[in-house]
Amino acid sequence: MSHKILSKQQLCQNVYTADIVAPLVAAAAKPGQFVIVCLKGSYSERIPLTIAGCDIKKGTIRLIWQAVGKSTLEFGDINVGEDVENILGPLGRPTHIENFGTVVCVGGGIGNAPLLPIATGMKKAGNRVISIIGARTKDLLILEDDFKVISDELIVVTDDGSYGRKALVTQPLEEACKKSPKPGLAVVIGPTIMMKFCCATTKKYDVPTVVSLNTIMIDGTGMCGGCRVEVGGQTKFVCVDGPEFDGHKVNFDLMMRRMQAYKKQEQQAIEEYKHKCQIGLNK
Amino acid sequence: MNEQQLLNELLKKHKDGILKPSDRFNIPAQAMPQQDPAVRRTNVSEVALGYTETQARLEALRCLQCKNAPCVSGCPVKIKIKDFIAQIADGNFQKALDIIRENSLLPAVCGRVCPQEVQCQLPCTVGKKFNDVEKSVSIGRLERFVADWGRKQKSQSSPAIAASTGKKVAVLGAGPGGIVVATDTRRAGHDITVFEAFHKPGGVMVYGIPEFRLPKAIVQEEIDGLTKMGVKIVCNFVAGRTKTIKDLIEKDGFDAVYIGVGAGLPMFMNIEGEHLIGVYSANEYLTRANLMRAYDFGKGADTPIAMSKHVAVVGGGNVAMDSARTAVRLGAEKVYLIYRRSEKEMPARVEEVHHAKEEGIEFHLLRNPKRIIGSADGVVTAIECLKYELGEPDASGRRRPVPIEGSEFTIDVDTVVVAIGNGANPLIGQTTQGLTLNKWGNIVVDENCKTSLDGVYAGGDIVLGAATVILAMGQGRTAAAAINEYLKKK
Repeated sequence: MSHKILSKQQLCQNVYTADIVAPLVAAAAKPGQFVIVCLKGSYSERIPLTIAGCDIKKGTIRLIWQAVGKSTLEFGDINVGEDVENILGPLGRPTHIENFGTVVCVGGGIGNAPLLPIATGMKKAGNRVISIIGARTKDLLILEDDFKVISDELIVVTDDGSYGRKALVTQPLEEACKKSPKPGLAVVIGPTIMMKFCCATTKKYDVPTVVSLNTIMIDGTGMCGGCRVEVGGQTKFVCVDGPEFDGHKVNFDLMMRRMQAYKKQEQQAIEEYKHKCQIGLNK
Repeated sequence: MNEQQLLNELLKKHKDGILKPSDRFNIPAQAMPQQDPAVRRTNVSEVALGYTETQARLEALRCLQCKNAPCVSGCPVKIKIKDFIAQIADGNFQKALDIIRENSLLPAVCGRVCPQEVQCQLPCTVGKKFNDVEKSVSIGRLERFVADWGRKQKSQSSPAIAASTGKKVAVLGAGPGGIVVATDTRRAGHDITVFEAFHKPGGVMVYGIPEFRLPKAIVQEEIDGLTKMGVKIVCNFVAGRTKTIKDLIEKDGFDAVYIGVGAGLPMFMNIEGEHLIGVYSANEYLTRANLMRAYDFGKGADTPIAMSKHVAVVGGGNVAMDSARTAVRLGAEKVYLIYRRSEKEMPARVEEVHHAKEEGIEFHLLRNPKRIIGSADGVVTAIECLKYELGEPDASGRRRPVPIEGSEFTIDVDTVVVAIGNGANPLIGQTTQGLTLNKWGNIVVDENCKTSLDGVYAGGDIVLGAATVILAMGQGRTAAAAINEYLKKK
């Protein structure tokens, strides 16, 4: 079955969103789950992407991705009306949603995308939702309007102060942790380094914290072990044990290193892809 | 006298009914033609090239046609071995193929990857006579010969399919077991859908077993055969997540389900350094190389793999051999195989060990990793091992390896592949209420491969732990017969 792209939009530099036909995934997906996209069959990479939303009636899922590698660049170049060959999912354990009282949802960069359905679910479950969303700079901030709708309180920060508060997400997070009553849960999704520091912050205030990890994967179904991370001193597999873990137990340093495993090859692939596209344009 | 002359002479005696067992014993065991080791190190093409017609008939004439056919007792699917071999000797290859196909659905696969030396060829009278299992009649090679002959004829007709029963069977996993179940239940007239998690069907035969041992084209032919029979194949469907087994039965109206989802989470050694860059499970390493074609990275394929110079593979099974030999083909200069027991205890097939050695893989036996050492930026630089000696036999009957204290030594490597087995895949267990699992997470089945749930059957690695293609097929056979029986009554 192929998956037609029904609509597509560039949210900001390098970040795309698309609604894609995938009725089986749409029917089964819950907040926190992800899919594996393999654009064209055996020569394409399998890339894990968190589901940003779905429409069961239309049978579509919404994916939001950042074009940082060859495959995500190529994905960005697929037009509306064209197909993605393979989408597998939904994968991973869904987010545990219940009424925790107050939930602080912290998103950074592209992490806002997987955070949105979780924050929405938390709101629906009766939580008071404080959303803290951040980006390096104004142009890279995504989904602000969507978060406005579902949050009781929304704090926007940018690293360079070009929009919202000039701060890192950890600052408003710390303020939220200090408030009384203390948040019952923090959900943090973003760059690994951001999750690491957010977890250090919430740990000080003893606020339970869930992070969603997006490691390198091949099958995504508990076979290859490429996605392994160390959680509480034990090896865990993001695809079947996660993607969400107790952030206070994740060894982020190990994870960050493993994410760099193919940096050189990735760079090579990007250059070759861009070069090819250039040749295409000159024709 | 050349091969052809020898064959002619023997055939004449055979025709005149005067071919004596002593004549048969005198026929040299036919060696498998193979790619030169130095050449094959640099390509992914098949290593073993297959018997010629002359060789096949000579080898077939070595078979004594024992009345009690001890070989059959070693075959998980009970192929009528002596009958098909007799047909090869007589040059009736089509008849030979028909006989094999009565019991085995994937002879081209089994002829290549079955561990015949511990199955059909182990009790072979000829091998016993020479007190050497390697002198047994090469049943596997003969099976492969016949299967390949059949493939060349392109005359493989689809098996007959009974009138439609209106019953639906869901087969979870398009590996060897699933293919067998799909075929056998389809033959009985049921409506079959195979669900596969990967983007391509074939299971371990496409992601795990390398091209040089089992060409993907052969697997594809088998898959095409299924489609021709009217079996539907749905890829990108992960059982338990895309739909649960309960939903398949209750909402989608499947009358029976076969769970053949295969290998699960790879085992690691739980030693220091296993999270370093350059440490792979064999599953990941082989999947990148085979299914994702990482050997063509930069030449069309998008999935990278470590560009290794020095590789350590840990383990002594076929998967370890496959990993080591894949590393060689990906350009590694040195590949070390580290195994904690001696060669005698290695679970790998003798032929694979032999091929690995021919390809220059260095065996470090009675050695086991203690830790993996990395650079400041987290990349593997060396593996520290301990020397072992063999102690008393353990529960598996093999002598237990005991570390020798203070015997540490290091080998400089940039890649480590851990090939020490798999646990059970947790997904089905996590998402299927009422399914009984054992303490390792494998599904518990009865002698008919039936699980604790009505209408739900299982087989292969998810039941047996790490097993083989043929055992998965054997269970598939059993399960399919039970499913057909169950659906008759339903």
